[in-house]
Amino acid sequence: MTKIGLEIHCQLTKLESKLFCSCKANYREFEPNHNICPVCMGLPGSLPRLNQKAVESATSIALALTCDTPEKIAFFRKNYFYPDLPKNFQITQLNVYGDMSVGGEGYVSVEDKKIKIRRIQLEEDPGRIIYEGASERTKITLVDYNRAGTPLVEIVTDPDFESPRQVRVFLNILSDLLENLGVAEPGLEGAMRADGNVSIEGGNKVEIKNIGSFHDLEKALHFEITRQQSLFERDIEIAQETRHWDDRRKITVSSRSKEEDQDYRYFLENDIPWVKIDQSTRDRLKENMPESISSKKERYVEKFDIAPQVADIIASDKYYSKLFENAYSDNNAKDIANLITTDVIGFIDTKEKQENSKITSKHLSDLIDAINSKTITRNSAKVALQEIMKSGNDTKDVLKEMDLGQVSDSSKIDDIISQIFEEEKQAVIDAKERPETVNFLVGKVMQKTKGKADPVKTLELIKSKLTQ
Amino acid sequence: MNLNTSILKYIEDVKSKTFTVEEFVVETLQRIKDVDGAVHAYLSLNDSALTDAKLIDKKISSGEKVGQCYGFPISIKDNICITGTKTTCASKILENFIAPYTSTVVNRLQNEDAVITGKTNLDEFAMGLTTEFSAFGPTKNPWNLDYVPGGSSGGSAASVAANECLASLGSDTGGSVRNPASFCSVVGLKPTYGLISRYGLISYANSIEQIGPMTKTVKDSAFLLNVIAGQDANDDTTINNNNVNYLENIEDGIEGKKIGIIKEMTTSEGLSSEVSMATKDAIRDFESLGASCEEVTLPTIPYTVAAYYTITSTEAGSNLARYDNIRYGYELESEGYEYNSYISKSRAKFGPEVTRRIILGGFVPSAGHAGKYFLKALKVKSKLISEINQAFEKFDYLIAPTAPVQPFQFGEKIDDPVTLMLLDYNTVTANLTGKPAISVPYRVINGLPIGMQIMANSLKEKALFQSAYALESKTNLPEVPL
Repeated sequence: MTKIGLEIHCQLTKLESKLFCSCKANYREFEPNHNICPVCMGLPGSLPRLNQKAVESATSIALALTCDTPEKIAFFRKNYFYPDLPKNFQITQLNVYGDMSVGGEGYVSVEDKKIKIRRIQLEEDPGRIIYEGASERTKITLVDYNRAGTPLVEIVTDPDFESPRQVRVFLNILSDLLENLGVAEPGLEGAMRADGNVSIEGGNKVEIKNIGSFHDLEKALHFEITRQQSLFERDIEIAQETRHWDDRRKITVSSRSKEEDQDYRYFLENDIPWVKIDQSTRDRLKENMPESISSKKERYVEKFDIAPQVADIIASDKYYSKLFENAYSDNNAKDIANLITTDVIGFIDTKEKQENSKITSKHLSDLIDAINSKTITRNSAKVALQEIMKSGNDTKDVLKEMDLGQVSDSSKIDDIISQIFEEEKQAVIDAKERPETVNFLVGKVMQKTKGKADPVKTLELIKSKLTQ
Repeated sequence: MNLNTSILKYIEDVKSKTFTVEEFVVETLQRIKDVDGAVHAYLSLNDSALTDAKLIDKKISSGEKVGQCYGFPISIKDNICITGTKTTCASKILENFIAPYTSTVVNRLQNEDAVITGKTNLDEFAMGLTTEFSAFGPTKNPWNLDYVPGGSSGGSAASVAANECLASLGSDTGGSVRNPASFCSVVGLKPTYGLISRYGLISYANSIEQIGPMTKTVKDSAFLLNVIAGQDANDDTTINNNNVNYLENIEDGIEGKKIGIIKEMTTSEGLSSEVSMATKDAIRDFESLGASCEEVTLPTIPYTVAAYYTITSTEAGSNLARYDNIRYGYELESEGYEYNSYISKSRAKFGPEVTRRIILGGFVPSAGHAGKYFLKALKVKSKLISEINQAFEKFDYLIAPTAPVQPFQFGEKIDDPVTLMLLDYNTVTANLTGKPAISVPYRVINGLPIGMQIMANSLKEKALFQSAYALESKTNLPEVPL
């Protein structure tokens, strides 16, 4: 059986400042090396000052992932030399002497499976290395320390995934969750990164690093599984190692560096005293936490009897769920939900379209009201939607302008039915013999009225005309 | 003008217009010019000292509010940062490092109108007990220029002893304030861990080190602590001292107090007969002051030096990793070097003692050896803490000589690192436990000083000063022959 585990890093970009100084957590808008200070540059004599809000954000994440959260946490030094690391050690967390990081064991439900979270820790992001010409063989290497010290949360899972597809679903759920919590912006480039480890039945564990995006992660995992399987089939031992994803060649490459043998000489960071996170803080964080996607989904299903698939789609997307939350009342919730998942999604399926769309929650409730009061048909609603997205005009005006009012006047519909009966003689005969084919005639009426005819009344009238 | 005066007397004299700040500072700078060629207490001088002094005089004459220091001259150990000045740690690797910010302690001094004379010599990165490990040459002991001044704050102690300033700030990781204080006959305080901000102090072993005042009198030490102690937003490890006034009731005496004489530190093999004799005298003095003395044993003490070097080397290995000569440092053409070879070339500038501890610091906490060394050292530390806390349930003070020996000659011990390390035997306990300790000048025998060390429980600095003041009042020491 294939086993995949993940190590996810997510920047807490919603925070004002870095983890240990007052430089900006959102370093992206600065010229290189313009978002730095003695602390994040690790200048001699500087000391880290812990950003307490970062501890709270990380604790919120731990709570949202149902992790154990200890009463007090500590920070550790991870010692290694690297040019992007100003102090040549990283301040991070460690759980080898018991739970001391912001989060212990927890889980995330992915479809029917529970993915176990092993730990969550709060740490500082290093700087960024830029190789001139994007090649490691260049003679010039530049370092930008703007990112150094950005609050970063590391989430480590057990090797509970059985396929790259499951990994993708999990990462979508996780990034939705982090965004929903209001602590991170997983959409920002480089704000959320994931490394994976893969083993197949009877083989050693292989870690894959240097993966740029979730999309690449899925590709890297696929490649790695295939590589390991083909070694296994040929009876070649799968070495326990760290491999790098080569984005250009789309393969994993053994990293010759002795990264896995590195001894980080972890020990307590004594410049930061133990941080107490008492029950009242945790209670407050829980209270202030936005409703989780899963409980939102549950609420939609239980309270409004919305189908689970529909509830899932709406709950896990911020845009749709906001549209829904502001549109529904107790008696139209189900209709609104269906309108979103059957029609709205078809038109607005990308972030860009969501941003450009002028539709509001009021439009949705107005449309549903119009359908339910038989002012328009379901079909006309769909036509109106398209126009509303573009113009953002009031629903009533759109319906009027496009002449979408429903035709429910029996004599008008009757006239049209008579015409259709003239044009579709064979169909009329068929319908008389086999009543289930009557829908063809209804469709024809709809075509002629551009979907405006009241479908229930139309069917009634056709049926009675057939028996005449 | 007598430069051998206390801060408190100086302030009185300035207030009563016996002399101006400028006059005193001019005289002090002249004294530095006269003797520092021989003593080598200073690594660099503050060019604006005279200007600063004049400004304070102006404040005084115009009736403006003047800080409580009234311009007294103070030197600063060269591992404490001051904006725009070189902070070298007496190391080639920071030879040209100019700090872009000022440490909290110096900020507080400057806010209270102290005049900084300059930066003082030390063992490279504060690692050593003689200043012989300074990359810029040793400091001489003003009591006898053939003898070491102690270390690592040897330059600070010598500058005060030689009247090249009225006080100095040193740093104490394992005795680096108290040991040179003892060797140069000045008062040296290592406060409770967290009482003084370390912001701007270049770290060596950050879990146990503290900045400490070095002064001519116990009262001056209390005065300086008043100025620099207390919580600091730039140092998360600082603690609130509720603005205690350490000078208040300093003359209250120690009648009825209980003093524990630490057996392990007063009967150790390395203790010289002079120091041993002086200790017996000190015990008699304490008893004559109305305190009761009793021997106390802290059985973990014989393991403390080993634990101390294990812990400090581990932290030093990490704290000094940043000196890779990439973001600041000295000229070294990087072209043609691969990263690791550049780093090893850069770091070859460290001197022998620092190199020794970095190597040790790479070994003792490493994956295969942490259990045998680093983790064991932490156990020694926590065992020692519980022993000393137990002792303080019974005793108000714990005493022992600050150093087991008197100052020795240059070159005598430098090639014997283990013997050098044992000089820390009586001082590391205060660092490992975080307790405050003070070294009080007590005897000068054969022309060389001996200091007595008093320890108190955490944040009991006020009581510590009371006992130190009482002991000081029992002494009558000669003036420095320089």
